[in-house]
Amino acid sequence: MSTEEATVAPANEHPLIELSDIQKVYASGDVSVHALRGVTLGIARGEFVAVMGSSGSGKSTLMNILGCLDRPTSGIYKLDGAEVSRLTKAELAEVRNKTLGFVFQNFNLLARTSAQENVELPLVYAGVSGKERRRRAIAALTRVGLQERMDHTPNQLSGGQQQRVAIARAIVSQPKVILADEPTGNLDSRTSVEVMSIFQELGRAGITVVLVTHEPDIAEYASRVIVVKDGYIQSDKQREMKEAIVPPEFVPPVSVRAPEGKA
Amino acid sequence: MTFRVAVRAIVRNGLRSFLTTLGIIIGVGAVIAMMAIGAGAKARVEQAFAAMGTDLLILLPGSSSASGVRGGFGSQPTLTWDDLAAIRTELPMVKNASPQLRSNQPIVSEDQNWTTSVYGVATEYFDIRSWPMSSGAIFTDADIDSSAKVVVLGQTVVDKLYGANANPVGQMVRIGVNPFRIVGVANRKGQSSSGTDYDDAAFIPFTTHAHKIQGGLGKYMNGQVYIQTQPGMTTRAQADVTGLMRDRHKIPPSGDDDFSIRNLSEIASSQAESTDTITTLLACVALVSLVVGGIGIMNIMLVSVTERTREIGVRMALGAKPMNILSQFLIEALTLSITGGLIGVASGVGVALLLTVKYQWPTLLQPEVIVVSVGFSAFVGVVFGLYPAWKASQLDPIDALRYE
Repeated sequence: MSTEEATVAPANEHPLIELSDIQKVYASGDVSVHALRGVTLGIARGEFVAVMGSSGSGKSTLMNILGCLDRPTSGIYKLDGAEVSRLTKAELAEVRNKTLGFVFQNFNLLARTSAQENVELPLVYAGVSGKERRRRAIAALTRVGLQERMDHTPNQLSGGQQQRVAIARAIVSQPKVILADEPTGNLDSRTSVEVMSIFQELGRAGITVVLVTHEPDIAEYASRVIVVKDGYIQSDKQREMKEAIVPPEFVPPVSVRAPEGKA
Repeated sequence: MTFRVAVRAIVRNGLRSFLTTLGIIIGVGAVIAMMAIGAGAKARVEQAFAAMGTDLLILLPGSSSASGVRGGFGSQPTLTWDDLAAIRTELPMVKNASPQLRSNQPIVSEDQNWTTSVYGVATEYFDIRSWPMSSGAIFTDADIDSSAKVVVLGQTVVDKLYGANANPVGQMVRIGVNPFRIVGVANRKGQSSSGTDYDDAAFIPFTTHAHKIQGGLGKYMNGQVYIQTQPGMTTRAQADVTGLMRDRHKIPPSGDDDFSIRNLSEIASSQAESTDTITTLLACVALVSLVVGGIGIMNIMLVSVTERTREIGVRMALGAKPMNILSQFLIEALTLSITGGLIGVASGVGVALLLTVKYQWPTLLQPEVIVVSVGFSAFVGVVFGLYPAWKASQLDPIDALRYE
């Protein structure tokens, strides 16, 4: 256990995410680019971490490795106690499916496919039966306040609603970690707050959220801010999390309930 | 689920999918229509030969040669009645044999007349040519022995003399100058492959024919011999008959036959073979169209993979393994090709039925051809869908997600 890193979540024997001396080198022709030059990092269960950094800082590479979309050149990545840095493509796919949930800047919903079917997608690859998929998709959509919009396709939904569908898709397989890459980048400030309040709620329910952003006011909603620069972690600060409260003159905030049967 | 995804992806690009499968549709449709036409033609040829009789040899007398003018087979009576008896009794490969003496005679009923071929035959003749009676009965061996004036009419002759659906059994007709009693009417047999009407004929005992029409039963037979061999033994029987006849006619080993034998089974099978060859050729052309259709599917699947790179990235991020992506696109290609195959079957069958109903072409739909061509279109789908699907499965999720 790394002692120098304090954790906000109580009663954690070991961090959920454990990176030790992660390096990533991209070789393009004769030139090799060091995207990450030795990152050591622990993230505990239930933490809400914002990763900041300018473009080219290596934060995208860090996110890709955290998201098991890419493998480090060297170093060890333990996710939920299991070493994942040397797994095959198919094994990584399974880790992504079972342990991780993704939220993207441009939502990345399947076009002309209903919200419910979009949310069911991870369960399809988990081999969940159709009836169970439907039940869990409805539960996830209800959790992000979209129970009335389940049959709508992405182009019938607003940006904020699309991102909520994406969040429902990320949480439907009850992952341990949600990785969000600039999730508010395409949203106005009010829907951004809405989305951040959902993430905070997920954190309270014990899901770890790792958020990449370049907007300092979005990072304020996180409980910990990591700044990446030139392939190193430049700073790593715990801070008081700013409560995401949607301004009252708009529609009431998304009702977020605790997930049923959550440990 | 995967299948539904595939169907949706195909339906979403309806026109494009249809154009893609057109190659398969035309290929399968053409294969089925061609095979149906070929099989129909073959069946007609076989039917025509079966109408002549099965396992049939026809023994013809030799040719005459006078002052250098050669008369052709049958111009010289070289067959004797003893030859016929020997063929009947001495050869185990021969099941039945009957003479067939032929002349053209007017047949006159009470108020009509019709000139037709009058054949002098033995009772076995109808068995040899598998020709049952539709009413009445075949004349008997006693009629043959007594040269009775009895006749079996063909259906066309009955139609001409008595009108359709009449039953003239028991009535009298005049053939040449002699009165004959009608004892039977032969079943309708139809046309030969060359268009001759088998039913335009009358049959009388060969003894009667020899005495009353040809003027006496001499040593030589003025006609042909129809021989029915043991089933499937025509080639052996032909050799046996040839040997026997050369023997009886004392032809030296270097001499030419003074008779000839037509082996109808051989003619039939060579005709069927040439039909088969044409059918195979046509089917090959159609198969080429199937392969071209497969290339069309590969092309459109490659486009589809490129178009949906982002979708592939999303699916991979959400946990799709390379295998899942591979099977998704393979199923899509298969759905395209099998759907095309089924539409092709429908259009092929449609074309065949249309040709039959509208133009009376004989067609014969073979279930195995349908199964094979649908199977082949599925095979084409797998072969040409595999590469695009494999390409999709090998995409890097990060690049795929970033793809614009």
